[in-house]
Amino acid sequence: MSIRERMSGNEAIATAMRQINPDVFAMFPITPSTEIPQYYAQYVADGRVDTEFITVESEHSSLSACLGAEAAGVRAVTATSSAGLSYMNEVLYVAASSRLPVVLAVACRALTGPININHDYSDSMAERDSGFIQIYGENNQEVYDNYLQAHRIAEHPDVRLPLMICEDGFITSHAIENIELEEDEAVKNFVGEYKPENYLLKKENPLAVGPYGVSNYYMEARVAQAEAMKNAKKVILEVAADFEKTFGRKYGFFEEYRMEDAEIAMVIMGSCAGTAKTAVDELRAKGIKAGVIKIRVFRPFPGEELAEALSGVKAVAVMDKSEGFSACGGPLFAETAGACINLKDRPAMVDIVFGLGGRDFTVEAAESVFDRLKKIADGGDIGEVYTHMGQRER
Amino acid sequence: MAYNLKNEMNKEERFHSGHRLCAGCAAGIVCRAMMRAVEPEDRAVICNATGCLEVSSFQYPYTAWEDSYIHTAFENASATASGVEAAYNIMKKKGKIAADENVKILVIGGDGGTYDIGFQSLSGALERGHDLTYFCYDNNAYMNTGTQRSSATPRFTNATTTPSGTESVGKKQNQKDLTQIVVMHASPYVAQTTMFGNMKDFHEKAHRAIYTKGATFVNVLTPCPRGWGYPADELTEICKLAIDTCVWPLYEVVEGEYRLTYEPKKKLPVEEFMRRQTRFKHCFAKGNEWTLEAAQEYVDKKWEELLAKCK
Repeated sequence: MSIRERMSGNEAIATAMRQINPDVFAMFPITPSTEIPQYYAQYVADGRVDTEFITVESEHSSLSACLGAEAAGVRAVTATSSAGLSYMNEVLYVAASSRLPVVLAVACRALTGPININHDYSDSMAERDSGFIQIYGENNQEVYDNYLQAHRIAEHPDVRLPLMICEDGFITSHAIENIELEEDEAVKNFVGEYKPENYLLKKENPLAVGPYGVSNYYMEARVAQAEAMKNAKKVILEVAADFEKTFGRKYGFFEEYRMEDAEIAMVIMGSCAGTAKTAVDELRAKGIKAGVIKIRVFRPFPGEELAEALSGVKAVAVMDKSEGFSACGGPLFAETAGACINLKDRPAMVDIVFGLGGRDFTVEAAESVFDRLKKIADGGDIGEVYTHMGQRER
Repeated sequence: MAYNLKNEMNKEERFHSGHRLCAGCAAGIVCRAMMRAVEPEDRAVICNATGCLEVSSFQYPYTAWEDSYIHTAFENASATASGVEAAYNIMKKKGKIAADENVKILVIGGDGGTYDIGFQSLSGALERGHDLTYFCYDNNAYMNTGTQRSSATPRFTNATTTPSGTESVGKKQNQKDLTQIVVMHASPYVAQTTMFGNMKDFHEKAHRAIYTKGATFVNVLTPCPRGWGYPADELTEICKLAIDTCVWPLYEVVEGEYRLTYEPKKKLPVEEFMRRQTRFKHCFAKGNEWTLEAAQEYVDKKWEELLAKCK
């Protein structure tokens, strides 16, 4: 039986962690993810979990401690945001290449500068090539559900890759919403025990982790890692199917909202998808065939599936909530456009960078994007492909 | 049981030959001696910072280490080890490792990975008091990248980033006294040692450090024939000169109590240590006599300070 509750995204993640009861949690605080380890510290203090809780001196060390623990043979987790994730950068790559399935909760927040504590995806997008699996949630329920699926995906023998569960800083991390929690026992049964094949503390077979790999070996290791990321696609869907069977909520690589006959569509991520869906409902009421695709899994990127979903759509706006400074579009646009490159029936596609550093995204703003798409779909000029939205005019 | 070199050498090697360290490199000796200090019935996990030792002892698909080993990055060996220790604790608590089994967590890094880039994670691990032992193989510079100065490099060293020249007498600063800084962390056991004689001093300190509960630290002066500029077969002579000139005093600090473990019968002038190494060659050039005096003055001052602490 599900339990009806109300809580923030941070508490939802901390609750999922408590139910899973990982062996090691190495923490360092940073806004807006700080509450996660705070809640967890209280669970430890109250004897509700038996986790080894390590209060390290930096994010670089929190992830490093997780690597040590995972390599040693146990489940390890941490949480961070923004500059903390950037500070982990080097170690993220080590986690992925060492094939250590750490689960990292990220309350996504803008990167400096100017220093800003609010939401965008500049932190997680900067790590998109680190080798982590990245799963994004729209609200606290999705973030909780994603977290329950995380360990099984990351630890699967065909995958063995670290994984980020991403929530929108403040918008999801701090807003208190209704949520359906699952019973502790049901969660434990669903997630299961961590049983690595080889680990440092295994008595029968000492293990060496983290070699120097010369040119003769490096490429094979990287290809194996790339294969693992491809395998993750299959496993993500398998785990989602079992999750639906067990708890009744359905997940895929992305959510298609009123896309069945859509002529214009927005590709978006996270909490802003809710705003976009409201705009779609209003446009549909006026007979405009608009739809939304909300990306849930950004790594591995579901290119083929996304292309199929966009095939036949006349005009698409990709909504980038981070600036890639490529001078030709943000990271979500690059991936989406790349995915569609071989489509016979390819939509016209524009990139809109919006919402940086917590700048609001309103239903009216979403409608203005659809207005623009409608004009393009009706044969109008595509105009500038890469634009920004919501900033003050100079 | 009293220390016996023959018995020690009859132990099974836990750091094997075939590694790619340079001929005469003292880091390999540190590793062999460190592993001999682990009781044969106990297991170990070695956490290694990036450096000469890492690239030379675990080049895929070969490892020189008999025990489990992990390298993650340059600056985080202590943090990685903290995670290994946490995993060990919970596996013990959950009965996944038998109560009578001992796994010793050993961390090893050069002076770059310890004094400098790894200093923060070392300080963090010391403060948290994980049950581990950190061995620093201090070879006085960044040797893996080609003898750039570190904060462990002595003043007047001709390093590749502090070269001597018409306007330079080498490195401008005295080295950081990391051992003292570790003592200030209230570590239950801190020691300085090096390689000379029958390795008794090294062995006893390493063993005591490994078998003292808490975050303990052993700083090992580890000469580098290429970086210091001396013939590879003169290792123990160089080490002996370092302790007889008091450039590298041998002492230990047990729960804050200082104890000198070696006092030279005749304290030799520092220039006898410096003369044997090309990194100090410019100090002996005409006009640079003052550098030898300054080096002597610094060593004397540090030695007197240490003697006062050992009383």
